[in-house]
Amino acid sequence: MNHQGEHGTMLKVTGLQKVYRGGATEVEAVRDLTFDLAEGELVCLVGPSGCGKTTLLKCIAGLMPPTSGTVELAGRPVTAPPPDMAVVFQEYGRSLFAWMSVRANVELPLKEKKLGKARRAELVAESLEAVGLTAFADAYPWQLSGGMQQRVAIARAIAYEPQVLLMDEPFAAVDAQTRADLEDLIRAIWRRMGVTVLFVTHDIDEAVYLGERVLVLSSSPTVVQDDITVDLPAERDQLTTRQDERFTELRARVYAEIQQAKNSAKGAPENPADGAGTGAARASTAVH
Amino acid sequence: MTATPATRAPDPPAPAVRRRRGPTRADLGRPLLGALGILALLALWEAVPRLGVVSDRYLPPATDVLAALGVRATTPGFWTAVGDTLAGWALGLAIAFAAAVVLGFTLGALPRVRAYTTSTVDFLRPIPSVALIPLAVLLYGTDIRSTLLLVVYACFWLIYIQVLYGVADVDPVAEQTARSYGLGRLARVRHVVWPTTLPYLMTGVRLAAAVALILSITAQLIIGSPGIGREIAVAQSSGAVESVYALIVATGALGVVINTGVRVLERRVLRWHTSVRGEATA
Repeated sequence: MNHQGEHGTMLKVTGLQKVYRGGATEVEAVRDLTFDLAEGELVCLVGPSGCGKTTLLKCIAGLMPPTSGTVELAGRPVTAPPPDMAVVFQEYGRSLFAWMSVRANVELPLKEKKLGKARRAELVAESLEAVGLTAFADAYPWQLSGGMQQRVAIARAIAYEPQVLLMDEPFAAVDAQTRADLEDLIRAIWRRMGVTVLFVTHDIDEAVYLGERVLVLSSSPTVVQDDITVDLPAERDQLTTRQDERFTELRARVYAEIQQAKNSAKGAPENPADGAGTGAARASTAVH
Repeated sequence: MTATPATRAPDPPAPAVRRRRGPTRADLGRPLLGALGILALLALWEAVPRLGVVSDRYLPPATDVLAALGVRATTPGFWTAVGDTLAGWALGLAIAFAAAVVLGFTLGALPRVRAYTTSTVDFLRPIPSVALIPLAVLLYGTDIRSTLLLVVYACFWLIYIQVLYGVADVDPVAEQTARSYGLGRLARVRHVVWPTTLPYLMTGVRLAAAVALILSITAQLIIGSPGIGREIAVAQSSGAVESVYALIVATGALGVVINTGVRVLERRVLRWHTSVRGEATA
């Protein structure tokens, strides 16, 4: 795999394996993952449900030690949450602190970074502006709609000025229209900030629409099954891009890969956990 | 909803800036009904001894009792007693609170030690505080420390158990979020564990505030340490039945004031919490 292009490698995952041990049972969630992200790339990671996407993300974020293998961020091994990485979780309602206003939520990581007051205020204002929530700085997260809450979480992530932004199925819990808006928001932020984004999703359309590259994961125990470059124009639009012939082709290809992943999983008796994958993937392509 | 969300106006028509709504008719009706209820009770209390259903040696009419209370309220001795009772209550509650929070947070962070102490806690917790009265007298006589011993013992467990539950209830997603944004152990305790524990802690404090008053009065009544409880005992032994009732009414009023105070505190401290904030917009 060689996608470095003219930029350096920002994120490098090598031979990552994660085995959960609970008493006598062992579950190998991730078998052997190797891939890398060039600086400033937006890469989507798709896979059938239950393929260990979240496990992988937690290992990359330094929240969980892998059983074997390494994660490197800008050449430095990740052993604890690195200071130049931000994570946006799927469960925005639990990830935002209900006891803090929107402003305080965004500002807290900056305080921990020991930034000065003026710089903090500037970053908070800029990031809330970027997600269109300037008017809601003093509201509490629970006073906002789900889509708005997730935008607060995105604002918190970009105010942190990370080099790498990890997103764990961030739009899985919002309605379809909000989701489309948030997808465009992520594209806009990525293009403006030049941040490296790893976006995990189970939605094939979303992966193709958002990504410059799509990594397709196999069923658990997980390996990288395919690495597809999305050669769509950088300027994307919910209507025209999704009707683009190339978009349809790419989607069909990712879809076929995922089907193959699931079928091979069915053939292998040691992976009974992924029967549910079929329905989930089918349902998600049917959404749009 | 179209195009460029970054510059677009925010979602639905601003539920966030909604002010607290004014009282509705139901809200106004409730205190009125409550006042009527109390008036009815007083009327019944007045009527029963006046009609001779119960001898006024055992139950003086409400007006006599309230008159006695009025007289007492003009004497400095009464207010000293109220002050002593409140001092025992507040000091005992404060000591129990501090000890329970410090121990609860420490042991909550050390699961092994916590497991080690669980059986001891389960043994000590159900011991009724009043069973310690002889011990308190032995140790401190009629000093205020006797009262404090009983109050602290009872309140400590109430708050401590709540703190342990609260510390264990930290949301893993919130915890991971805090860690991923570089919050160290102390910062996580301050910004995540403490706010998560607050609703539990406030429940413990509310229960303990009521229990502290009960034990404060009990200690004064039985041990004879200074306070309203002792005044009741003195009035009883001198046959001042109206005064006994008047002082009982005073303790009731004290209870109401304390309970209201704690509720107000709870609403302020937990204004962000589901139990207080009312309906969140989806």
